[in-house]
Amino acid sequence: MGAIIVKDLHKFYKKFANKHKFLTLKSAFLSKTLFSDLQSDEVFAALKGVSFDVKKGKTVSIIGENGSGKSTLLKILAGISKPSKGEVVTEGRISALIELGAGFHPEISGRENIFINGSILGLSKKRIEEKLEDIIKFAELEDFIDNPVKTYSSGMYMRLGFSIAINVDPDILLIDEVLAVGDASFVPKCLDKINEFKRKGKTIIFVSHDLGTVERISDKVIWIKDGKIFKQGYPKRITDAYLEYIGKKDEEKASADHQNKEAEGSLDKEKRWGSRDVEITNVKMRDGKGNEKYVFSYDEPLSIEFDVNAKKREKDFVFGLSILNYEGVNCYGSNTHIENFKSNEMSGKGKVRINIPALNLVNGTYFLNLAVHKRDGFPFDYHHFLYTFKVVSIHRDIGIARVSHEWDFSENIKIKHKK
Amino acid sequence: MLESIKELYKYRQLLFVMVSRELKAKYRGTVLGFFWSFMNPILLVTVYSIVFGLIFQPKYAEMEKSIYYSVFFFTGILPWTWFSSSVLESANVLIAHGSLIKKINFPVEILPMMVVITNMVHFILGVPVLILAFLILGKSLSLWVFFLPFAMLVQFVFTMGLGFFISALTVHFRDIKDILVNLITLWFFVTPIIYPFSFEPIQNSKFLKLFLSLNPMTHIVEAYQYLFFYGSLPHYKKLIVTLIVGLILFYFGYKLFDKLRDTFVEEV
Repeated sequence: MGAIIVKDLHKFYKKFANKHKFLTLKSAFLSKTLFSDLQSDEVFAALKGVSFDVKKGKTVSIIGENGSGKSTLLKILAGISKPSKGEVVTEGRISALIELGAGFHPEISGRENIFINGSILGLSKKRIEEKLEDIIKFAELEDFIDNPVKTYSSGMYMRLGFSIAINVDPDILLIDEVLAVGDASFVPKCLDKINEFKRKGKTIIFVSHDLGTVERISDKVIWIKDGKIFKQGYPKRITDAYLEYIGKKDEEKASADHQNKEAEGSLDKEKRWGSRDVEITNVKMRDGKGNEKYVFSYDEPLSIEFDVNAKKREKDFVFGLSILNYEGVNCYGSNTHIENFKSNEMSGKGKVRINIPALNLVNGTYFLNLAVHKRDGFPFDYHHFLYTFKVVSIHRDIGIARVSHEWDFSENIKIKHKK
Repeated sequence: MLESIKELYKYRQLLFVMVSRELKAKYRGTVLGFFWSFMNPILLVTVYSIVFGLIFQPKYAEMEKSIYYSVFFFTGILPWTWFSSSVLESANVLIAHGSLIKKINFPVEILPMMVVITNMVHFILGVPVLILAFLILGKSLSLWVFFLPFAMLVQFVFTMGLGFFISALTVHFRDIKDILVNLITLWFFVTPIIYPFSFEPIQNSKFLKLFLSLNPMTHIVEAYQYLFFYGSLPHYKKLIVTLIVGLILFYFGYKLFDKLRDTFVEEV
């Protein structure tokens, strides 16, 4: 019980182009095309031959961009929609966390809604009664359970929905992005519950954009692209490849924007300014092996490279960089002057490289600012908020920088590191 | 078909929960609450008694007192309300519960059934009020009243069959909703509710008589009128034919519903 086999799965969505020409029943009857109108000539393929299998007790995550077919796949696994071609074999009871709180009626109390939603999810009345206290307690709604659901906040609504769904006790659990809406304190609780399912040997299919969680809980990751399996395998390998792909795509978009602006001859003045007597161009980031890259692990070596061009001989120049996080907080800044370099002379073209053994930043998107200026601050060329990169970390630590540290406990403190 | 009925038996708890959800939600937030299920028919019959018993005083041969007209009308309008509300709500029920169809592996046939059964419960709650009205107005009832479940069965099968048809088709042809509102009004007038089937202009016109006889609701509404008002059931043969028609409608209605089932996910 709990295994899943997916064989050459296709899903076509009909576009019903014809139907809208004969929208009324009368005209459909008159033209005798009632049923042929329900067929369609134009189709959109959401899944184009997906095959994989999941062994009992394994957790498989499905990642991919929006519109890649992840949700369609999950809906077919859940039995909500039917495959156009191919086949899905599932063993055991399936519970799908696609929509939380389905069938909740806003006018009715939370307690009564537990019975409605529970029945919809296939729980018997007896089982709901047995689990009622657990459900309410897990949802942290002891004080509100007899109030109508319309008075609940979206967080309370989601908590109640999750709490019911998790009590269905399935052999296969399908989870679609639902955790994204939870409040910060509830999400870890949900993850604990999912881990508990894992320990009990249940099969889990997890669809998410939260790559950190994906990496932590899965045994295997499937990357779906344009309705097909693009890559699958060991979680870290797939998520890294995915992040790099996304980073590159972002970068391509950014550089396309950049070029467009340059073509218009109006490179954003707020983002770039200075006399341009010395110019910075061709900014690139590379990993330790010299490959161009914009997504880095917190502990991996990287380098920042750029070309400089001094239009005339320059004696007084300082190179600087700073890294800002997405909120615009300066995480780190330095320049050659601060670091006691004394400029002598520069003319014509040159190259500058900054080597960084490890960024030690927390998860997130960062901006890279670069500048070349005179010691007194006179600007030659400032690049502000022009370049972005991402840092991915297996740790869920918070703040700005990851301060290197180790935990040490005396012997009477019983504490163990989870793998 | 048999398989489907077995399936439905499996979902009886869900059906029960969905119906009670509708019933609970309906009067939630009102002061009288569930009591409105009785209050509505009480107020209705009071209004009819005043309008027809005291003001219009229509004369029909089978009604010794004109006040009896109000209970005659009430006998017909009660099952009619069950029927018309079910049909009209069926047209909307799949679209209104789109999230259940799209996001959950949900047995969709529960939805039109929920509509018909919810309205049946409202009908059943109206029956004591109907009996009370007979007693208060001094019109005696006979033991034929106990045949009520049979009339209800015929009506349920017919309404349910139509409910499957309409709910499935409306997903693809939303126009049905608008057509239905007017069609139901017309249907109301070609069913003997505000007049008895023995009404002279009908009996005198071959066309009207045939037309009314072909209307299954004529026989269903008449059944209630016989059981309550006249205290007999002389047209039981017609009623059995109506049941057979209802079963055929039910069969094809469900078949169509089943055939279109997979399209609902993408169309609601």
